[in-house]
Amino acid sequence: MDVKHVEGEKKGKIMLYAISTCVWCKKTKKLLENLNVDYHYVDVDLLDEEDKEKAEEEVAKWNSLCSFPTLVINDEDCVVGFDEEEIRSKIPNE
Amino acid sequence: MSEIDISREQIDGLYKKLDKDAETSGYHLNPDEEFTRDLVEGLLVNEERYGYRACPCRLASGEKDRDLDMICPCDYRDPDLNDYDICYCGLYVSQAVVDGGKEIKKIPERRPPKLEREKVKKESETKTVGISKLSKPVWRCKVCGYLCGRDEPPEVCPICKAKKERFEKFLE
Repeated sequence: MDVKHVEGEKKGKIMLYAISTCVWCKKTKKLLENLNVDYHYVDVDLLDEEDKEKAEEEVAKWNSLCSFPTLVINDEDCVVGFDEEEIRSKIPNE
Repeated sequence: MSEIDISREQIDGLYKKLDKDAETSGYHLNPDEEFTRDLVEGLLVNEERYGYRACPCRLASGEKDRDLDMICPCDYRDPDLNDYDICYCGLYVSQAVVDGGKEIKKIPERRPPKLEREKVKKESETKTVGISKLSKPVWRCKVCGYLCGRDEPPEVCPICKAKKERFEKFLE
């Protein structure tokens, strides 16, 4: 799966499932960049069919509606949609 | 998948058209022009990629028949405007937002998950209320609710401009 890495300060395992054309997903990427957080993301719409299905299954584990953006933090918590406050509060401090 | 380049002119063209269509039928594009143009670009990318304007903020299947409900304007726009003053992607807003009284925030996804959608689709195909004395069937636009009594739905909804395939048989 074509997962991209954005370098920054390591604050845990941050994984963003996004759609390349989605404005809210772009806002989420921008926020993570502004926070200078090290994170990975995948634009699910750009994947081939097999990976797309795999990604959908991964997202559905956290968010049964399989909507985007879905941000998974440390494999234990998630934020659905662009909610700046919630994202800020859930990103670990170290 | 390769990047799709959309020109400024294409964005300008569709932005103007959508704005005009919206205003003539009682809808409003998001007044945050930068945000809205970004969404318009997403619609154009999806049109190139899939052949239809799938919602830029949802995952398209690539099969038109399965994505009909989320082709812009989506089936969920009007209920979202009623409940949240903004549609899911943020392209359309209510009058209250245009007037400046409401802040724009993300809203929850109303579109049911895949399995549920397929189930509902199957059910709705077999569920039309019959009123035997009607001289014509009644068609309902799933986007805006417009009703018309005629043999077939119109090519384009006169109210919201959704295409013919977005109509369902409501009464027959």
